[in-house]
Amino acid sequence: MVTPLSSQLIDLCAAVLLLLSFSMLSQRRVLTLVDLFALQGGTLFVSIVVVAWNTHQYQLFYSAALTLVLKVIFLPLILNRLIRRLGAQWETETLLNASATMLIGLLLVIFAFTLAEPISRLASTITRSTLGIALAIVMLSFLMMITRRKAVTQVIGFLAMENGLFFAATSATYGMPMVVELGVALDVLVGMVILGVFFFHIREQFDSLDLHNLESLKED
Amino acid sequence: MELIILLVLPPLGSLLLALVGERDWAAEVNILVSAGTFAAGAWLTMHVIAHGPILTGNEEFFIDPFNVFLVALTSFVGFTTSLFSRTYMRIEQHHGRLNRRQLRLYHSMFQLFMFTMLLALTTNNMGILWVAMEGATLTTVLLVSLYRTPASIEAAWKYFILCGVGLAQALFGTILLYFAAEKVLGNVGTTALLWTRLNQVKGQMEPTVLSLAFVFLLVGYGTKVGLVPLHNWLPDAHAEGPTPVSAVLSGLLLNVALYAVVRCKVLVEGSVHSDLAGNLMMGFGLVSVVVASFLLWRQKDIKRMFAYSSIEHMGIATFAFGMGGPIANFAALLHMTVHSLTKSSIFFTVGHATQKAGSQAMDKIRGLITVNPTVGWGLMIGTLAILGMPPFGVFTSEFLILITAMRDHPWATPILLLALAVAFGAIFSRVQAMVFGETDLKRLPHSPTLLPVFTHLTIVLILGLYIPHYLADWYREAARIIG
Repeated sequence: MVTPLSSQLIDLCAAVLLLLSFSMLSQRRVLTLVDLFALQGGTLFVSIVVVAWNTHQYQLFYSAALTLVLKVIFLPLILNRLIRRLGAQWETETLLNASATMLIGLLLVIFAFTLAEPISRLASTITRSTLGIALAIVMLSFLMMITRRKAVTQVIGFLAMENGLFFAATSATYGMPMVVELGVALDVLVGMVILGVFFFHIREQFDSLDLHNLESLKED
Repeated sequence: MELIILLVLPPLGSLLLALVGERDWAAEVNILVSAGTFAAGAWLTMHVIAHGPILTGNEEFFIDPFNVFLVALTSFVGFTTSLFSRTYMRIEQHHGRLNRRQLRLYHSMFQLFMFTMLLALTTNNMGILWVAMEGATLTTVLLVSLYRTPASIEAAWKYFILCGVGLAQALFGTILLYFAAEKVLGNVGTTALLWTRLNQVKGQMEPTVLSLAFVFLLVGYGTKVGLVPLHNWLPDAHAEGPTPVSAVLSGLLLNVALYAVVRCKVLVEGSVHSDLAGNLMMGFGLVSVVVASFLLWRQKDIKRMFAYSSIEHMGIATFAFGMGGPIANFAALLHMTVHSLTKSSIFFTVGHATQKAGSQAMDKIRGLITVNPTVGWGLMIGTLAILGMPPFGVFTSEFLILITAMRDHPWATPILLLALAVAFGAIFSRVQAMVFGETDLKRLPHSPTLLPVFTHLTIVLILGLYIPHYLADWYREAARIIG
């Protein structure tokens, strides 16, 4: 039933996703970051379709469609328009110690693989080897959110983390029940709209989207 | 039927208020909707007391003694908060801090927030529970940043990012839970995330997966409970949002998040056959109590101080659930109830006190008792209650928790006692200075609604003196379910 080719395809998608996570970690231009995010969504879409096709889990086609509409088309579109309207399309940000960040990222990947190893062994899905990668993507996105100081990049990190979680759900269990996936998608969408509103509030109050300004609430 | 009303009324109210929220009578509509929700909650509670647990709507909703008491509490405090917010928000408008559009947003989001909490409590699906918790974050983010001041936007951003990341961990935990359940239940579509189904097969689920899942779930939902070291968003969100929002965040949302943790703990404990889940919760709980009580000393802002006190009390409840057993669970449930009632009543009085002083800084608030005796006494009595003075209900629950700790984990008792004493000193000295002494505070343009404050405190007092037997049975039954 399962051809070696398809499982190799899935592994390829997983590898591409991981590479994209690393390139997002080191990307300085905001607009390129959005493109990378769209590319990540696209790869996720392909991998879900391959899994659905090969395992005859046809409900997965719905979540693939959801991924395509939401994460490849809609969210990057909103982000792009937001960034242009905010006049932030040429903005770059200085990366703090890029090589150290990459090294920490590598360690995180190793950690994720060790953590996922006992679970992958129990899984019966054809995608089980990719669970470690899914966890690694979640952790790399987390790292990106910690190291970046711009509001837009933090949001992209947040959305990339959601991608990693979706990938984890397909690789461990062939996707969550439909109600749950719909609910999660709705939350992501509403969250994105709220954040869009927020960008304007932040800029109105602080004249920039730099989060250095948002560090006055501290214990004194 | 009553469940449908309970879950349909708040979103309908939200929709209605989104249309007419800027009218003068919007606050009254808000009260009416909340009263209806409370009536439905009370009706549901009576039904469950009389006929036992309900499993309905294609098994998607499950009401047992554990969550029905939280449904009743949530809808009650939601109702009293809407009463309080009517005058409070009117004064804010009078002071020019809010315009009509912001008021409309506030009313609409308040109802939507109530809906997400009630959905989180009544759903049987662990995935929907996650969706509802995330929904609760989204609705309150806009409430925290309602004033649009730099500080409130910063607080809301922090809240959004920290809770978003935290809940992402919880989603990963839920995926692992589904993964473990699917191996036992088979690929049966949606049923493999239903709590009741999981509870039946919890003994057969893979322990390694479930223990890993619990770590993620605890970190995720624990962020929303405000457990140290995941608590950073909580004081900011409480201090910068409007006071009715601080009251429901502290009194209700933290409870709902803790409820989610406890539901997960029941499943994991049945599978893992070790004290891992309990020990983790005890550890997080104890650290929260100690850190929060010492941080209380450094606070200058009155709402921040009481936010730290919420972290402390949630820590106590988490610790008690971690110990487990009938007495500790009983005490933890009682503690959730009395903390929610007391803390929301404190925020009500604090709200009016800050309106009088025009500042949240504690050294600007002086002599409340001379300007407005009811606000002053309300704050004083509420503070005594939250500090665990007899004869209030908080004393009873903390006493039971300490007794159990002494019996099962004697090493923890001195730590808890020390933390409680430190918290007492920090809060009492500050509140005493604010309530008594000389004053130059102004009068308010509208006289405050203080009925909710005294209703809450009376209930807390009654719970301290005497717990009616049906209520005690009910807690006992819930404590038995939690195990």
